[in-house]
Amino acid sequence: MVYRGPYKVRVEEKEVPAIEHPNDAIVRVSLAAICGSDLHLYHGMMPDTRVGFTFGHEFVGVVEDVGSGVRSLRRGDRVMVPFNIFCGTCWFCARGLYSNCHNVNPNATAVGGIYGYSHTGGGYDGGQAEFVRVPFADVGPTVIPEWMDEEDAVLLTDALVTGYFGAQLGDIVEGDVVVVFGAGPVGLFAAKSAWLMGAGRVIVVDHLEYRLEKARTFAHAETCNFTEYDDIVVQMKKLTDHLGADVAIDAVGAEADGNLIQHVTSAKLKLQGGSPIALNWAIDSVRKAGTVSVMGAYGPMFSAVKFGDALNKGLTLRMNQCPVKRQWPRLFEHIRNGYLKPSDIVTHRIPLEHIAEGYHIFSAKLDGCIKPLIVPSGS
Amino acid sequence: MVYTSKRAPLAETTDQLRARIPGWGADLDPKDRPSVPKLLWQEDQTGAHWEFPECQPEKWPRERSIEHAFLTPVFGTSCPPRGLSGAVRKMAYRKYSEGRAAHWLLLLAADRVDAWEHHLRSFATLHPDNPITETGVASEFSRHGISSRVGKKRADVKHHLLDPLIVAGPWVLAGGLLVAAVRKAIRR
Repeated sequence: MVYRGPYKVRVEEKEVPAIEHPNDAIVRVSLAAICGSDLHLYHGMMPDTRVGFTFGHEFVGVVEDVGSGVRSLRRGDRVMVPFNIFCGTCWFCARGLYSNCHNVNPNATAVGGIYGYSHTGGGYDGGQAEFVRVPFADVGPTVIPEWMDEEDAVLLTDALVTGYFGAQLGDIVEGDVVVVFGAGPVGLFAAKSAWLMGAGRVIVVDHLEYRLEKARTFAHAETCNFTEYDDIVVQMKKLTDHLGADVAIDAVGAEADGNLIQHVTSAKLKLQGGSPIALNWAIDSVRKAGTVSVMGAYGPMFSAVKFGDALNKGLTLRMNQCPVKRQWPRLFEHIRNGYLKPSDIVTHRIPLEHIAEGYHIFSAKLDGCIKPLIVPSGS
Repeated sequence: MVYTSKRAPLAETTDQLRARIPGWGADLDPKDRPSVPKLLWQEDQTGAHWEFPECQPEKWPRERSIEHAFLTPVFGTSCPPRGLSGAVRKMAYRKYSEGRAAHWLLLLAADRVDAWEHHLRSFATLHPDNPITETGVASEFSRHGISSRVGKKRADVKHHLLDPLIVAGPWVLAGGLLVAAVRKAIRR
């Protein structure tokens, strides 16, 4: 898959990636996914997204080749690859902040390396392809356990772990009322994870009825369709005894819909870095001294965030990209115990050749699409 | 209620939640949550067998943020900067830190130039850009595009009438200005 400009992608023959560093591996992709944050690239919102670039930071596959310095992987290993690229030894990696690695992204200091996430994420081609270069092969990838389904594994490279991390950033304590903005894959997993952490009540807000239905059945959540209310913040207050939620989780990110002017200025005219509507709703809906957790994707461009309200309410704002590999052991346990079945959210399996249609239906939210997987040729 | 010190009780007890929701409370203790504490030392856990990674060869002068002391030891090699868009990108990296709006606005402008450069270049190839296949709009007919939108309370429905205007408007306006300019030139 290659990017051709906003809202345009196509399949092209590119050179098979080569080993460029002794600790590189080349992975033959067997399954990839389109992530909601890929849509920021697809819509042309993320600076330095170059024509010819290949997206895709959620993928699993088989090791095709390894560099001379690789010790822990061999050809033929079936691996899952975290969306973060990280060195394992810099100031941040040494402290477990893998998503903040300082040694892999020359293009920016504010964000680490991410597969297929523009040059702002380091300029690494991604996994919506047949082959992908995997730097620091001894550090990032893990062999997929025998018992694990490949579709569960691909959701463990970002969507599930990010949702879980979002709930974790909320510092949920027993009985907390948690509101999740966004019923996409990450929001659904955040809602599900909130229960694991002892939430007393979980409310999911979205505008698409089919996604809210999934929030009710898959994530056992109460739901609110914001198009049915004049003011969703007032509705949140009414639902929470006029106190507000203890924890609000923004699982939407910068391109929040729901306001015509911001849709026009951001999504269409690219005059600002996406609209922060969901984040502002989270700030307004949480109780005073509550916690707002942000793992919806935001780019480096400025957005009009209601910081004064956050200050006046004494909120704790917590956010980061998820350090995926650090979450894996615990989430493997939850899957084995049957508490989580990530592949339950998969709605579409699309051949790589039809990826342009995959992007369109995911972007336009057609055909009940919640999570599309991409199947490369020959898989 | 909130106007007193009491808060409303939850509709369900802990036992009811545990019975209804698989795994409820499995991570009730924050210590069971994987990224707590935030700065836990990862000695011997990352798989790295270096103190500082070996440096990847630099095949061309790789653009980098001026906030970095040097080129990071590993980097992506997709899409080296080329043409006018490449010149704008190099300038954005050379002159402005990530703290400057100019850095990001130049990069976004370069993205638009890049798209146009490739769009025009594609017409000189056997594989020109195809708005039907590359935008995936055919899925509107094959994947319930119409029924997904009609009769549902979707916030984006209100954009649908406006979107064609926003997309086509600048083209119509530019075409009109061009025609006006040509006519003016002819009259002279």
